[in-house]
Amino acid sequence: MSEQAAHRASGPGRLLVAVYAVFALAASARAGVQIATKFDEAPLAYLLSAFAAVVYIVATVALARDDATSLRVALVACSVELVGVLVVGTVTVVDPGDFPDDTVWSMYGRGYGFVPLVLPVLGLWWLRRRWRANR
Amino acid sequence: MITVLNYAVIVASLAYAAWALVAVVTGRPPREPYVIGAGVVEILILLQVVIAIVMMFVDGAPDETATFIGYLLTVVVVLPLGLFWALAEKTRWGSAVLVVAALVIPVLVVRLDQIWSAGAA
Repeated sequence: MSEQAAHRASGPGRLLVAVYAVFALAASARAGVQIATKFDEAPLAYLLSAFAAVVYIVATVALARDDATSLRVALVACSVELVGVLVVGTVTVVDPGDFPDDTVWSMYGRGYGFVPLVLPVLGLWWLRRRWRANR
Repeated sequence: MITVLNYAVIVASLAYAAWALVAVVTGRPPREPYVIGAGVVEILILLQVVIAIVMMFVDGAPDETATFIGYLLTVVVVLPLGLFWALAEKTRWGSAVLVVAALVIPVLVVRLDQIWSAGAA
C-alpha cells in the first residue's frame, strides 16, 4: 500500500466523507427546524432526528480523520447508524403511529432515496478496507 | 423566486453533474474548467437567492420561513464546499465529489420551490 492509499479521506473515502457531510447537514438542519418550531408535536421523533444528526456529524469527522482513535469512533458511529436506520425503518414500516413525523431514518430513509440505508454499509466496508491496509 | 431561474439552476447543475461524471468515468481529477463551470452555476444560484430574499421582504416570507432560509443558505454553500473538498483529491474521486455536490442542488431547488409555492404567511 502506498502512502497515499493509507489515508482514509482520500480516494473513495473522499467521496464517502462528502456524502456523509451532506447528510450531517441535512439531518442537523431538519432536527434544528423541528425542535425549534414544533417540538411539542412529536418529541420522540424530533429527539431521534437530533440523535441521527449527531451520529452523522461524528461519522463525518471521524471518517475524515486519520488516527487510530478516529477509526474506532467511525466504526462505532457507522454501526450505530446502521442499527438506527434498521430499527427506525422497521418500526415505521410496522407501526407508523409511533413516529408521526418523519426523521431521516423513517421507512429506511425512503425520503432520502434510501441513501441512509446504503451509507453505513459503505462506511463499514471502507473502514474494513482501511483497517486491513493499515496493518 | 422566479420559476424560469429555478429551471435554469436545475438544468445547469444537472449538466455540471453530467460533465463531472465524464471525468469520473475517464478517471480524471477535477481541473480548472470545472472551477469555472462551478462559478457559472453558482452565479445562477446567487442570482435566484438574492431575488428570493428581496421578494421575501417585499411580498412576505413563505409559511415555513425557517426551513426556507435553511435551504437558501445550503444551496449557496454546497457547491463551493464541494469544490474545496474535491480539488484536494487528485484522482477521479475528486470529480465524484463534484457530481454529488452538483446533484444536491436540484433537490434543494425543488424543495425551495415547493415551500415558496405553498404560499406566503
